[in-house]
Order: sequence, then structure tokens, then C-alpha cells
Amino acid sequence: MAVNQPQPTSLSMTSESTAAAQTATPKMRASNVNFYYGKFHALHDVNLEFATNKVTALIGPSGCGKSTFLRNLNRINETLRDTRLEGEIALDGENILDMDVTEIRRRIGMVFQRPNPFPKSIFENITYGPKINGRLKGQSAADLVEKSLRRAALWEEVKDKLHESAYALSGGQQQRLCIARALAVDPEVLLLDEPCSALDPIATAKIEDLLVTIKDQCTIVIVTHNMQQAARVADTTGFFLLGKLIEHNKTDVIFKNPSKKETEDYITGRFG
Amino acid sequence: MSLRNARRNTINNVMLTLCGLCAFLTVSTLFLILGYLVYNGGKSVNWAFFTRLPLPPGQDGGGLANAIAGSAMIVGMAAAIGLPVGFLAGVYLAEFGGKTISFWIRYTADLLNGIPSIVIGILAWGLIVVSMHRFSAIAGSIALSLMLIPITARSTEHFLLEVPRAMREGALALGATRWRTLATVIVPAARKGIMTGMILGVARISGETAPLLFTALNNQFWSNGPMDQTASLPVMIYTLALSPYDDWHRQAWAAGLVLLGLVLLATITARMIVSRGASLPR
Amino acid sequence: MRPFEEDFKSLNDTLLSMGSLVAHSVQRSVLSLVEKNEDYAHQVIRDESRVDQMEIKIDDMVTSLIVREQPVARDMRLVVAAIKITTDLERMGDLAVHIAERALSLMVLPPLPATINFGDLANLVESMVLGSLDSFVKRDPETARGIVTADDAVDKARNEIQHRLIELMQTDAATVSRALEYIIVARKLERIGDHATNIAEDVIFLTQGIDVRHRVAEVV
Repeated sequence: MAVNQPQPTSLSMTSESTAAAQTATPKMRASNVNFYYGKFHALHDVNLEFATNKVTALIGPSGCGKSTFLRNLNRINETLRDTRLEGEIALDGENILDMDVTEIRRRIGMVFQRPNPFPKSIFENITYGPKINGRLKGQSAADLVEKSLRRAALWEEVKDKLHESAYALSGGQQQRLCIARALAVDPEVLLLDEPCSALDPIATAKIEDLLVTIKDQCTIVIVTHNMQQAARVADTTGFFLLGKLIEHNKTDVIFKNPSKKETEDYITGRFG
Repeated sequence: MSLRNARRNTINNVMLTLCGLCAFLTVSTLFLILGYLVYNGGKSVNWAFFTRLPLPPGQDGGGLANAIAGSAMIVGMAAAIGLPVGFLAGVYLAEFGGKTISFWIRYTADLLNGIPSIVIGILAWGLIVVSMHRFSAIAGSIALSLMLIPITARSTEHFLLEVPRAMREGALALGATRWRTLATVIVPAARKGIMTGMILGVARISGETAPLLFTALNNQFWSNGPMDQTASLPVMIYTLALSPYDDWHRQAWAAGLVLLGLVLLATITARMIVSRGASLPR
Repeated sequence: MRPFEEDFKSLNDTLLSMGSLVAHSVQRSVLSLVEKNEDYAHQVIRDESRVDQMEIKIDDMVTSLIVREQPVARDMRLVVAAIKITTDLERMGDLAVHIAERALSLMVLPPLPATINFGDLANLVESMVLGSLDSFVKRDPETARGIVTADDAVDKARNEIQHRLIELMQTDAATVSRALEYIIVARKLERIGDHATNIAEDVIFLTQGIDVRHRVAEVV
């Protein structure tokens, strides 16, 4: 397929830097990842790269392993009993399995399927992460809270009730609070596990919009069972089936002309 | 209405009525006890009761100040030992539960819960009183704490496990260590339940008599501190009730009323803490 | 088959019916010219409204499918191809009608002094029309590619006819008005060939997801 040379943008992409960007180290890379729940072989030889400052969506039917895979990226699966991970997962080239796990989780944040704010005030929820990571010194807490809430498109709605309980917020607002909380520690990667599945369409739209605005500071990986969402927000999409990565490509390609029949059968609704 | 329907409805009504009667019986027992105590001891609960020492029989105006203070000291020390140990044990069980060690710890705690209080009393007597060659409040406290620990541990564990897993993962995902997560998120989230469990546990041991019979014994006068034998409300009730003197009997009723009143107060406080505002999301 | 799959099949089948109808109209229009068959010409003109109705029906099916199914991958490509193919088919139908009308007026005029061979052009165009529909039915990109490259032969055949007719007009002024009609018919046939090429390109997009329009022959 012929590639048109991009016009120079404000980032002044010359043909040299385009070539360099294509061969630059991906932000995260999973190599030959196998994962076991007890005896159950949940992930089979998964190889996947996540380009810096791009949104990658992981789709697939229930039980295909996409959430399991996501949860390995910040090693949160280690909190479950009797699990085993084989293979390598690299962040900026370094294997996260060799690094300190709390440092990993500071650099790779996670937002969960159901909003899970702490039973504290909105303000305290946001300052929790920076406090325990010792990042609150030298920075006004109020500034940090405002900055995080603005990034999560929640500031205007809660600025007058920062010290009220987080549970006073609606579901969609709580989820954006969780996003703000995750962003407060300035992560390099943000993992989202079906973040909108418990939300109504308007709340979903707000979150999809904000993902687009934060991706230039963050690399995003989002697991979703909503294919239209993947089509809307993701730069690249990976399709999982029965613990294997079947196909990973630009979102446009996956949805217009996928190479694997299983991918096409899934996205056209012929199964799953 | 067919015969079969009529029969079913009759059985239904009879059984439900029976249930209602039994429930009424259960509830009215509490009021019976309360009423009886108030009737018999109400007159004797006065200012002197709370401030004066017991007087020999025949003399009016005595009180059970030493027993009240003694109970406070013994239960206080028992709580100081039992609550922290029980709490931390409960935290361990909640955090590391499921593995073999935790299973055995839990099993042992349940067994400990079931040991008759008099056996605990004898145990404390044999281990502490005999080796110290004296009856003491501290021996009583240790005996009571042996009862308090498994209660507190299991209740703490129960309330910690009720905290949704998602909250734990949320804290861990921000880079918190396991301990940090427990201390700053999970325990605070479960604090109402844990506090309730602690209050109820303390209320329970404050009424235990058998362990104190062999350890703190009794004292007609003020106790000289933890190393001395000490009066306590339950033991006083026992002693006074068995005596042949009427006014001592009246004092026993009063003591019973006061003890029951304190336990009820603790229970009601515990319920108020739980009901006022939820600490966990619905 | 799930209900939505039936909807896509229905779209496919309706497209085929329209294609079949248009292919017959093209054949009949050519025959009406070459064999001076009045009945065929009238049939083509009557069938025109049916072709138009089918275009409307297919467009309606397409918009419903988009709204209900938000189709992706091959379903999306079928829907997009359907929109384009109906347009080309409808234009082909119009062109067939124009040819039939010209045939009717030429039928009553005296024949030209020289024989002009429309056969080659007509056969080429007919085979392109049938071939493009065939490639659609079979979802065969190779057949489709063949049709795209056959366009050159059509141009060549038309140019020959045009050349011959111009020669005729230059030698015999009385033939001019009739010759002009024949030139127009030749051009219409060539245009039908272009539309068949478009359909073939759409089939390539449908089957392989590649857009081969407006490219030099080698790239295809």
C-alpha cells in the first residue's frame, strides 16, 4: 500500500524522524508471555507491543484472556493465589518482573471495571497515591488535585465539594475520579479494564473523550468488550481468543479488513 | 376452598403463630430479667453504691465502688492485652487466609472460643497465680484476654474480609505496599465493624465470673494495684448472693443491674456506631 | 443463520437481481440495434422503472443496515460496495435505454451504405457486464481484475467504429445524421463498459479491501 509522506506538522516530523519513530522502542513489550491460574493455562505465548503515546485496545469474547493479560502488565495478578507468569514484560526495555513492584505500579496505573474510590473525601482519594509514593512534597496538594481532576474532565463538577465523600458522586463521576486518582501519580502507562462497562452512554462518551486528551502524556491500554468503543478511541487493536493473541494491527485495518478469519467472525458478530 | 387448601392454610397459620410465640418468649425474657433486676435492685442503686466501700452486714450505706473500679482495671488490662493481639491476628488471617497455616490458626481460635471459661480460669490459676504465689488482678486480666483474643481476631477478620477486593486492588495499583494498603485503606474502611466487634467482645468478658474466681479472687477493700487481688462486679455478685445477709442480697441485685446496664450500654453504642452512616459502598 | 446475517444476504440477493436485470437490458438494447428488434427496445424502456425502483430499495436497505448493525470488515465493505454498485447499475440501465431509443429511431431509417461491425464492441461490453456480475457473485477478485484490464480493448473497439463512421461521413454527406447516431451509440456502449469496470473495482474492494480506482494498469 502506498504511503503518502506526511505534511510537516507542528511537531516537525521530517522523513527521518518518521523512520526513527517507527523503529523506536515501544513503551511496553510482552514477549512469549504464558500465564497460569493454578493448572489452567490462561495465556499462550502472547507477543505484543504497545507504542508510546498511543491507545491500544484489547478485544475478544468473554474468557479470552484479555483482562488477565492486562492485569499482568502491572503485576496485579500477583495478589491472587496460585498464579504463575512466564516470559518477559518490558517497560522501556527493562523487564518489569525484575523491578520493584510498587515502583512498577506507580509508573503503570490501572483503572478498574467498577469504580472503586476509597471511603475518603474526593481530595483524599486523589492525594492518596502521591502521598504513599512520597511525591507530595514540594508540590501543593491543592494544585495537584486540581490538575488531576482537570485531566480527568471532572474539575468543574466537583471543585466545590472536594472534601465531601467520594461516594456522593454518580457512577460516571466516580470512575472519572478513579482516573484522576490514577493520573495523580503521573504514570507513564495507564491500563483500563473495561472502564465504561458499568456506565451509561453519556458517562462513557466523557471518558472516551478524555482518553484522547491524555494519551499524549501517557501510553494507554484499554480492554473493552464494546467494539465500537475500540473503533472510536484506539490507534491499534489486538484481538484475543482462548488465551492467544490472534491479530494485532492498526484499528482501521482490523475493522475494515482483518487478516484472520477468527477476527472477522468475532467483529462481525458471527460468533462470541 | 378445597380440603387440601384448608389444611395447608391451617398448618401455615399454626406454625407461624408458634414462631411468633417463641420469638415473643425470647424477647420477653430480656424484659423479665431487666424488670426483675430493677425491682429488686433499683432501690439500692444510689450515689453511695458507686462511691463507698462495702460495709459489714447490718450497716447501711455501703457501696461497691471497689468492685466497679476493680472491674474497670481488670477489664481494662485485659482489653489492653487482648484487643491489639486479637486485632493483629485478625489482620493476619484476613490478609493471608486460605493457606494451611491460617487454616490452623483459625481452627485453633475457634477451639479457644469454645473452651469453658472456668477451664481458662484454672489454667490461669495454675500458670500465673501458683507461680506468683498470689492472687492478682493481672492474672484475671490475662485469663480474660485469653477469651477476648479469639473473639476479636475472628470478628476483625470477618469485617476486613467484607471490604471489597476492588478497594484493595485500587490501592495496590497506585503503588502501595501490602501493609500500607491495610493500614490506610482496608482497616479504615472496616473500622466501624471492627470497633463494634471489639466493644461487644469487651462487654462480654466484663461479665465473665469463672476465670476471675481463681485469679483475681476478691477484695473487701480497695485493691493495691494489678498485683493485688481485686474485687470485680461479677465475683461480688456471686459472693453477695451466696451470703446469708439480706442487705448484701440487695447489693447483689444492684450490682447485677449495674452490670447489665453497662453491657446494654455497650451493645447499644455498638449498634449506633454501625447504623449511623455506612463506611462501605452499597 | 442469525437475523442480521439474513439481512446482509437479502442485500446481496437484491443487488444480484438488479445486476441481472440490467445485464439483460444491455443485451436487449444491443440486439434491438443490431437485429432491428422493436420488441426488445420497448422491453428495455419498460424495465427502466424497475431498475430505478431497485436502486431506491437497495439504498434503503443499506441505510437500515448501517443504522442497525454498524457493520465492520466484510459486512461494511459489502454495504459500501452496494452503494457504489447500484449507482453504476442504474447508470448502465439508463445507457441501455438511450441505446434502445436510438435503435428505435434508426430502425425506421434506411440502413447505412457500409456495414459497421458493432459485434466486437457489443460482445466485449456484454462480457464485461456479465463478468463483473459474475465476479461479484463468486467474490472472485481475479475475474474482477481481468475486467479492469479489458477496458483498453473496449476503447480500441470504439475508436475503430468511430473512425469508420467518420470516414463514411466524409465521403457521403447524406449519411451524417445517421452516422452521428451510431457514433453516440458506440460511446454509450463504451460508457457501459466503464461502469462494468467500476463494478469490478468495487468487487476487488469488497473481497480484498484494496482501493484500486484511478490507478495505472500495472499497479492493479
